[in-house]
Amino acid sequence: MIKADTNVCIGAGMCALTAPEVFDQSEDDGTVILLTDSPTAEQLAIVEEAVNLCPSGALSLG
Amino acid sequence: MAAPLPTARTNPFDPPEELRADDRGIRRFTLPDGSLGWLITSHPLAKSVLADSGFSSKMELRKQVVARGETRDKETGKPPVDGMFIAMDPPEHTRFRRQLTGQFTVRRMNQLQPRIQQIVDEHLEAMAASGPPADLVAAFALPVPSLVICELLGVPYADRADFQRNSATALRLGVSDEEALAAVQSLAGFLAGLIERKRREPTDDLLSGLIENGELTDRELIGVSMVLLVAGHETTANMLSLGTLALLRHPEQADALRASETSVDVAVEELLRYLSVIQFGTTRVATYETELGGEGIAVGDQVLLSIPAANRDSGQFAEPDQLNLAGQTQGHLAFGHGVHQCLGQQLARIEMRIGYTTLLRRFPTLRLAVPVADIPLRTDMTIYGVHELPVSW
Repeated sequence: MIKADTNVCIGAGMCALTAPEVFDQSEDDGTVILLTDSPTAEQLAIVEEAVNLCPSGALSLG
Repeated sequence: MAAPLPTARTNPFDPPEELRADDRGIRRFTLPDGSLGWLITSHPLAKSVLADSGFSSKMELRKQVVARGETRDKETGKPPVDGMFIAMDPPEHTRFRRQLTGQFTVRRMNQLQPRIQQIVDEHLEAMAASGPPADLVAAFALPVPSLVICELLGVPYADRADFQRNSATALRLGVSDEEALAAVQSLAGFLAGLIERKRREPTDDLLSGLIENGELTDRELIGVSMVLLVAGHETTANMLSLGTLALLRHPEQADALRASETSVDVAVEELLRYLSVIQFGTTRVATYETELGGEGIAVGDQVLLSIPAANRDSGQFAEPDQLNLAGQTQGHLAFGHGVHQCLGQQLARIEMRIGYTTLLRRFPTLRLAVPVADIPLRTDMTIYGVHELPVSW
């Protein structure tokens, strides 16, 4: 399960850049939108990378 | 006695030798006022401090780390204009950033690609028509991001001579405080007039949109637009010119990029890491007692994160001193980390991807027109790069 905290998110776009099939950004304030909260096995590595690159700590995997 | 922050370079690409990360990754250095601060050269330590809200970005708490690196109000220590959100902490910072992030998303920036390609093409055609030789900085690297950010913000490009000069003065080391303050105030006056005109007659651009939202005062809008205008052209301009120099000094890798054998997306990340143009790094101030790399940090301690050193940390990157454009660089700190991570990074990436590849393909025989030792390096500027890049083809 991916969790995204839009109160913490600063809209840098690292997740949408790294894993566009899983993360998008709000048109209003650029904060993260989860396209899915359950990544497939193939997506897991790239999602882990996006979580690691997130500058604000808004993303977690659990 | 701890040394001051080293700034002299022995070659165009490597940070000062004294900045090399050691096992501890943290050491003492002497600030220009004679007091001691902490210099962080370790990638994980730098990343953890940048992510830690217990380390403040407020300008009134921060000291200068090199002689005259920032322009501040003498009385308060704060920025000389309102709205400079890079010098704030949450929640104040959040109020500003939230107004802007929707404008700089990956999707929004991707939509600018055709126009950026057109701007790049036009400048390269003009360079081809008037040369060889040419100064790549004046013909290409500076005007392209300047025009892009002007169009995005809604700043008249015709006024570029003034704002480019004032922005360069404010970022130059060694100018007097008075001279720097005058440059910032001149820029603020220019932007105040522009905001006033847009309030009367809105146009279709980012500044008019911010005015229409009504969340920020006109005084705050001056600082916001100043940050965006200055950051929007100084940083990318220097990456384009210094990146081109790096490509010319690594011709086989440049050929692979030209032929699309190397992914330009990957190459841009590696150039960002290798060149790290934010050469003096960023400073934070501890607001709580803690420990970093085994050192006790007290409240009020000045902590300088050296981005060039962290991006060459051998604990993080294999062969950090080699440029490897095919190397899948991940996790560099060239855009920073934490809540202040570069707002315009997705725009910068697109400008670089289009800029480097189009330049290499339009000029397959591009070469330096002078010996590399004759290229004037920007060791005297807050943002590193080259002052001029004479090229031929």
